[in-house]
Amino acid sequence: AAAAAAAAAAPLYDVVVSGGGMVGSAMAAVLGHDVHFHDKKIALLEAGRRKEYERMPDHYSNRVSSISPGSATLLSSFGAWDHVCSLRLKPFRRMQVWDACSEAMIVFEKDDLDDMGYIVENDVIMSALTKQLDAVADRVEVFYGSRAVGYTWPLPSHSCDTSPWVQIELADGRRLQTKLLIGADGHNSVVRKEAEIKNIEHRYDQSAVVATLYLSEATDNNVAWQRFLPTGPIALLPLSDTASSLVWSTSHEHASELLTMDEESFVDSINSAFWSNINHSDFIDTAGAMFRSAISLLKPSGTAVRQLPPSIAKVDPESRAMFPLGMGHATEYVQHRVALIGDAAHRVHPLAGQGVNLGFGDIACLAHHLSAAAFNGSDLGSLKHLLKFETERQRHNVSLIAAIDVLKRLYSTRLAPLVLLRTWGLQATNALPPVKVRIL
Amino acid sequence: LFRLPVKRLFSTLHSSVDSTEMKKFQLLAHKWWDEEGEYSALHSMNDIRVPFIRDTLLNMSSNYHLGSPLSGVKILDVGCGGGLLSEPLGRLGASVTGIDPLEDNIRTADQHKSFDPVLAKRIQYKSSSLEEIVEESVETFDVIVASEVVEHVADLELFIKCCSQVLKPEGSLFITTINKTQLSYVLGIVVAEKIMGIVPDGTHEWEKFVPPEELERLLELNGFSVKAVNGMLYNPLSGSWSWMESTSVNYAMHAVKSGAQEQSSPREALAEVESEQPSATAGSA
Repeated sequence: AAAAAAAAAAPLYDVVVSGGGMVGSAMAAVLGHDVHFHDKKIALLEAGRRKEYERMPDHYSNRVSSISPGSATLLSSFGAWDHVCSLRLKPFRRMQVWDACSEAMIVFEKDDLDDMGYIVENDVIMSALTKQLDAVADRVEVFYGSRAVGYTWPLPSHSCDTSPWVQIELADGRRLQTKLLIGADGHNSVVRKEAEIKNIEHRYDQSAVVATLYLSEATDNNVAWQRFLPTGPIALLPLSDTASSLVWSTSHEHASELLTMDEESFVDSINSAFWSNINHSDFIDTAGAMFRSAISLLKPSGTAVRQLPPSIAKVDPESRAMFPLGMGHATEYVQHRVALIGDAAHRVHPLAGQGVNLGFGDIACLAHHLSAAAFNGSDLGSLKHLLKFETERQRHNVSLIAAIDVLKRLYSTRLAPLVLLRTWGLQATNALPPVKVRIL
Repeated sequence: LFRLPVKRLFSTLHSSVDSTEMKKFQLLAHKWWDEEGEYSALHSMNDIRVPFIRDTLLNMSSNYHLGSPLSGVKILDVGCGGGLLSEPLGRLGASVTGIDPLEDNIRTADQHKSFDPVLAKRIQYKSSSLEEIVEESVETFDVIVASEVVEHVADLELFIKCCSQVLKPEGSLFITTINKTQLSYVLGIVVAEKIMGIVPDGTHEWEKFVPPEELERLLELNGFSVKAVNGMLYNPLSGSWSWMESTSVNYAMHAVKSGAQEQSSPREALAEVESEQPSATAGSA
């Protein structure tokens, strides 16, 4: 009886998702649309305000994401992708990646000329997710302007007199209880810290500069460009036939300079970064050329045509911004009644455009296991199925995260041996379809 | 129609509850809900027995309530222990009555469900034997589950007759238990209890294991029609259960009580004990 009275105090949810960014909101929406969660109670805690647009503003937002076809499939599984398409997005067919210190280049494109991915503004994704959360408002309760300030963890269930649920205290004093807490609160995850899950993290000595750029001339802008400079990769992601989004990872000092310099100089820096060959050395160029002829003897089609990136004319005045970069990986993704997804579990360098796609992959896997558990009448917070999610995702994520970290370090140098290694490596990879397909 | 004979037939001299069995479970009454503890194999058995019950019932019914596949189904969980099987069935929408002769088990079960308001409403626990509830529960339940129970009862045929009493016509009976074979002795007792400690030592007595043929015979004799028999296998390394062809160790059985018109054999058996009962099927005696 005492237990029942205590339980009546704070409302009990089946699942609480902490963090209403793209990954947290999508997680709540996917569960809300799951047939086996029809009678369940889900809550989403978001510190910010509600984000919804009927029509996008004329200017592009400077925070964009590269959405993989797999992520697009997840978003369409609960009706969000239709909203994205009706707002705005830019499909791209091709990705050209090359080195500033040599001629080496790798081109990714799908054989059937399908879309390789989509460049979508984060605000567009959020708006689509908000709409789909509204559609299941009877199951998913969204708490805007709410931040969790404290968590109380239950003992693993034996018979005891204390509540078996996770207790959550909000900043405004309200309390919630839940059978499963999903931490989607970003790379500085409070859920992860409070659960005392160790995080392997490393701050890169780099910041990313973002901006919205206008091209010199309108073009069939369906290629994503990335060039590895010694200071870091610079990427141009298509937004429309006349505009592209910039993501330039570089040293903190250089990033600050880029932000403060006048618009003309900024545009010049970008064009120079893509076109200049000052980092080439004769030695590397010759070695690279030799390797290329060797490849073309063995595999005639193994060297691709080099396309030229567009040149930039103007930058959108208000759009320049910077943020620091780092990597992180939680040693555990789950605990009794707790699961981490998205950046709370893993943080990567933007050079591979994978960040949010890893988060969407986490969602697809976790939702699959939770749906099966619900259909079996299981306790949703039970480690049994949470561990299956952790194993599947760690197996997938760890190698990718490590590879991105290695690439970042490999390309951060001018030292000839390493440049040669990555030059030949890139050229070889470009010539070998099986390896390229694996990367995709 | 059945009230008088029921009272006389099921007197307390005959009981399906075995008191030595009860003592064994008394010692472990508070260990039910430790998923990694003594009852871990029963916890992981839910992964196959709950889908078995759920899918069998879904196949037989035409209603489906989104999110609550067993909504509207009244289930009796006989020998419910700490409620390990009652809770998932309750979560799937069923109204569950869990009975167990051991008060400590019922106390544990009640306490565990009390924290979840949905389960607290859907599940009712009673400390009682099956015979004790027969009187007030004639033809009350749509489904009876007797999982890992029949190998502990004193009188199996009595147990089955009682099940028939409380089950509605065409209701389902689900039983999981252990076969009586050399293999089940080696795996079920020697390995499981003595060597690996998968099951607490002394839980089972090989003499009381029930071969599926015997169970099927008793069921058919008492108005049931056996619809499915499946072998089950426990993998101690992974801690998980799976289905298998052979019923030589563990198995699950699904039987359906015949509809109101078709009763002949049960009356025959009862007529032997209650000779003054007016028999509506005198022709079949």
